[in-house]
Amino acid sequence: MLTKRIIACLDVDAGRVVKGTQFLNLRDAGDPAELAAAHSAAGADELVLLDITATHERRATLLETVRRTALELFVPFTVGGGVRTLEDAGAIFDAGADKISINSAAIADSSLITCIAQRFGSQAVIVAIDAKRNGNGFQAWTSGGRVRSEKDAVLWAKEAEDRGAGEILLTSMDRDGTGAGFDCELTRAISQTVRIPVIASGGAGSAEDFVHVFREGAADAALAASIFHFGLSSISDLKRHLLVAGIPMRFPC
Amino acid sequence: MLARQTNGAAAAKHEGTVVIAIVDYKAGNLASVKKAFDHLSAETVVTADPAAVQAAEKIILPGVGHFAATKVLDDAGLREAIIEQIERGVPFLGICVGMQWMLASSEEAPDVHGLALWPGECSRFPSGVKSPHVGWNSLHIRNGASRLLRGIPDGTFVYFTHSYRVPLLSSTVAECEYGGGFSAAVEQENMFGAQFHPEKSGSAGLRMLENFCQI
Repeated sequence: MLTKRIIACLDVDAGRVVKGTQFLNLRDAGDPAELAAAHSAAGADELVLLDITATHERRATLLETVRRTALELFVPFTVGGGVRTLEDAGAIFDAGADKISINSAAIADSSLITCIAQRFGSQAVIVAIDAKRNGNGFQAWTSGGRVRSEKDAVLWAKEAEDRGAGEILLTSMDRDGTGAGFDCELTRAISQTVRIPVIASGGAGSAEDFVHVFREGAADAALAASIFHFGLSSISDLKRHLLVAGIPMRFPC
Repeated sequence: MLARQTNGAAAAKHEGTVVIAIVDYKAGNLASVKKAFDHLSAETVVTADPAAVQAAEKIILPGVGHFAATKVLDDAGLREAIIEQIERGVPFLGICVGMQWMLASSEEAPDVHGLALWPGECSRFPSGVKSPHVGWNSLHIRNGASRLLRGIPDGTFVYFTHSYRVPLLSSTVAECEYGGGFSAAVEQENMFGAQFHPEKSGSAGLRMLENFCQI
């Protein structure tokens, strides 16, 4: 049976893992390569490394961090932040990543999705959507949550799929870093609109939040960062909890 | 960047090392596959040179992306080199699209021809399930004598990412269930295929690659 995935996310700034609350208030949490290896050993189904300041400061993703992190990692590894061109993506794949995640650059020019998918395959292209509630709907934001785009998040997810995206990484900006739980309504709206897998992100505060996002949110995978870094729970504890709740999990890992 | 050592195969052979050629047909990235063999201390060459493929003692055909990308193998003269080596008994492992190419064809690109080692065609997942099939799914081992799967228990989880699938064949050694059963691994004599990505499947995947090294 296909399991639901638990994806550990490392938000990286200047080569260090950090985690903020609602995209602000950064706190230092350690070395990316060490944390990636620890998460993988503890049962993380995938690793995502997001260079959270790359778009803002317009600098290339830290390829050396990617290379060092990828070296001894034998589960799927995604890198996002600052990917603007096919060449940016190619350099990240050469450094050892399996997938890239694109956000701002895809919104600015959605043909970039097609371009990378045609060269490296759709399975290698994740379109990240930072969504924020807006009346009854959801709006997509760019540049690490600093700029509001004109795109409706649900319609944009569908467009990204049509352009060749292999997965959607959906972050609720309203919930991110709050520990108040995933936005299941947002996740479900997008998961039911697209045929590609949806990774839910933002708001995880307890193991029960993951149960909800898989059941009510119809998520295919869920991403979490701070819940692990600050010892709130271990991945194996989380996966055991989910398994007992009837959610299919890769276990033992 | 990947080290592309076109002369590496011949040089390493003189040192008595088993050289595994990782065939580079410009479809996606090969860094992950290379990295896994580096971890196992296996000598590999990433190459697009038919001569290096002919000199290799084992061959890996990785693959991500579109079935049509395998057409490059024809244009580059790699198809002939691979067929020749398989006929000589050299162990060959196709991964993902590399395994799909071992069949005659795929619905994904009907005009592109695979190796036709076994009859059948790769088909798309039915509309009732999400596609691509992405994530960790379990193996149902159908042939306990498989050399590729030696030491791998029934029910082991491995990582898949694909939109097309290989039907169940006489050579199927492990089956997977997603919108119906399909071939997760095939094996016959010196011909091996994995629909999943052993290089991304944690310690179980590394064990399979080690098994392949030891064949």
